[in-house]
Amino acid sequence: MSLTRRSFSLITAAGLGLGVAFGAFSASAADKVKAAFVYVGPVGDFGWSYQHNQGRLSLEKHFGDKVETTFVESVAEGADAERVIRSLAQKGNDIIFTTSFGYMNPTIKVAKQFPKVKFEHATGYKRSKNVATYLSRTYEGRYITGYLAAKMSKTGTAGYIASFPIPEVIRDINAVTLGMQSVRPDMKMKIIWVNTWMDPGKEAAAAKVLVSQDVDVIIQHTDSPAAMQVAQKEKIWAVGQATDMTAFGPDAHLTAVIDEWGPYYIKRVQMVMDGTWKSSDHWGGMPEGDIVMGPIHAKVPAEAKAHAEKLVAGITNGTFHPFTGPISNQAGKVIVPAGKTMSDGELAGMNWYVKGVEGSIPK
Amino acid sequence: MVRLEPRQQHSQAMIYLSPVIAIILTLLSGLVIFALFGKNPVTALYTFFVLPLTTIYSLTELLVKATPLILIGVGLSIGFRANVWNIGAEGQLTMGAIFGGGLAIWLHDSSSIFLLPGMIVLGAVGGGLYGAVPALLKTRYGVNEILTSLMLTYVATLLLSYLVTGPWRDPGGYNFPESRTFPDAGMMPIILEESRLHFGSILAVMVVIGGWVLMAKTVIGFQLKVVGLAPAAAKHVGFVENKLIWFGLCLGGALAGIAGVSEVAGPIGQLNPSISPGYGFTAIIVAFLGRLHPVGVVFAGLVMALTYIGGETAQIEIGTPAAVTGLFQGILLFFLLASDVLTSYRIRFGRPKVAEGGAS
Repeated sequence: MSLTRRSFSLITAAGLGLGVAFGAFSASAADKVKAAFVYVGPVGDFGWSYQHNQGRLSLEKHFGDKVETTFVESVAEGADAERVIRSLAQKGNDIIFTTSFGYMNPTIKVAKQFPKVKFEHATGYKRSKNVATYLSRTYEGRYITGYLAAKMSKTGTAGYIASFPIPEVIRDINAVTLGMQSVRPDMKMKIIWVNTWMDPGKEAAAAKVLVSQDVDVIIQHTDSPAAMQVAQKEKIWAVGQATDMTAFGPDAHLTAVIDEWGPYYIKRVQMVMDGTWKSSDHWGGMPEGDIVMGPIHAKVPAEAKAHAEKLVAGITNGTFHPFTGPISNQAGKVIVPAGKTMSDGELAGMNWYVKGVEGSIPK
Repeated sequence: MVRLEPRQQHSQAMIYLSPVIAIILTLLSGLVIFALFGKNPVTALYTFFVLPLTTIYSLTELLVKATPLILIGVGLSIGFRANVWNIGAEGQLTMGAIFGGGLAIWLHDSSSIFLLPGMIVLGAVGGGLYGAVPALLKTRYGVNEILTSLMLTYVATLLLSYLVTGPWRDPGGYNFPESRTFPDAGMMPIILEESRLHFGSILAVMVVIGGWVLMAKTVIGFQLKVVGLAPAAAKHVGFVENKLIWFGLCLGGALAGIAGVSEVAGPIGQLNPSISPGYGFTAIIVAFLGRLHPVGVVFAGLVMALTYIGGETAQIEIGTPAAVTGLFQGILLFFLLASDVLTSYRIRFGRPKVAEGGAS
């Protein structure tokens, strides 16, 4: 009996709550652009999600009270993502940035039901009328990382903590390797797949395994600074992922490849304001200011530092491309002939290792 | 000195009141936590625990989220009753998803009405067989099933990851680690339009009823309870403990396997490396919060689902961090265990009285 009464009063309360929520919503909707962000990790991962959140903050700073932002962090890639994205669309957001690969299908699905809301999915390949995609040319920074790694390594072996065997990761592994070989053709690259974007425990364990295999420069494609901390302890080098991780390894931080999402976020929100937003595939790098190198460690010799800066300048003004032939695959067969540069299409689907990478791509 | 002294008599009412007390204490702690975050505690609690119940859509989402927790929770609670500690439901869920999802990938052009039933059966078989591994190790070699079932979880996750990055990868998917999407015939039918509420929830209801009948009305249910409460007595009257270990682990595995199929053929629609955000582990809390009773598991599953959905709602509405969800789940478990301890023990201060010696 009491149960019936309780559920009845709950329904009444529900009705009231709905009314209140609706009233609040229509009051605040006055011509502000509402932008929402979905993150795969916590904003405190000091890596990928942290950097997207920095982009969100610069959006707020740029537009002031003309924009209102919301974010949801630590959203699992899977059944949960769809609910979060739909809730954000229902809340009246104008543009929603979903910032991890696993959000691709949920984003496409929700976008169909909300044709007026704009969606931006990072790192995926499915687009529609109201779903755009965007990604950074991290490989540009990775190449420079590789060059510096080869300059500083004593053992001649670098290690890569890899997340998932998708083209983005394969491409970056190759870019680092090519950068290393530009100064030390015999330099080796060892890879550990951790099958996660963010798991400090696994990342640290992988870093330790690499150290035990004679690796003295660690590059990571995962989001926490755990490997950087291991490098600091083991007195070897490591490269910051997505953000400047100097604080976690002041003696180990060789450099970092920093994703600056702010410029893109500002551009796209501006387009929403102007009514010029259109679905597109954005792939920005150093020329657009989307990829920036972190500070190069003071122990790096001036000559190497100058060369690295020259490479950055070359990539930025378009005179140099990291994936310029000759490039051979692991079997030694030349895939990209001398003087040729790989096209964006070829880079987008890259599924083979260049010569010098150890092991095979997980199949 | 503080000691715990067993109570002579257990209060039957307290066994069922203890989760209620735990929930109330959790809510009270919530007030404090939100105040520390600088949020209005009442608004925050309302946003977290009530707002998700105010729209039809979020109610259906609550059921979608609770479905795998209830499916697994019922199976685990039956095993736990007989002291069969299956910690590996996450792995059994994964294996069920692989078996059931594998059929959908293999028959990706099928429009047969038998595809989905076939997937559900295969999911149960996959999960059940995976539960059988710790059962075999326990009954044959005496290996602790807590350890083996937990560790096998990682094996299952890696197998799934291998399959979706290799043989079962979507041929049109640019090497990205996910399978092709399932055909419509291999998807759980939606039972309420404009929502994600699917047939898996009906399966969960059936499983709850089945679990209740099993425990309350059948001989094997009786045996499971006796083994759990009084192992020595059970042995004395000749109940075969090994048989019950097999039963507990295989049944728990099969139900977790069905939960796996229900997820991949429900809201996900394909196999990918992250099909479950730890439902198999959360269901352990659900089983205990539900007092190891199938009907209790329903309420517990809904409460746990609410902590997830409330956490998301609070992030969107008032900007609390995602960690609050985990915090609430942890606090809830803490208070539940504390009330359980205080139900069966009393706290005594000072040294034990020597005079009691020999009285028994």
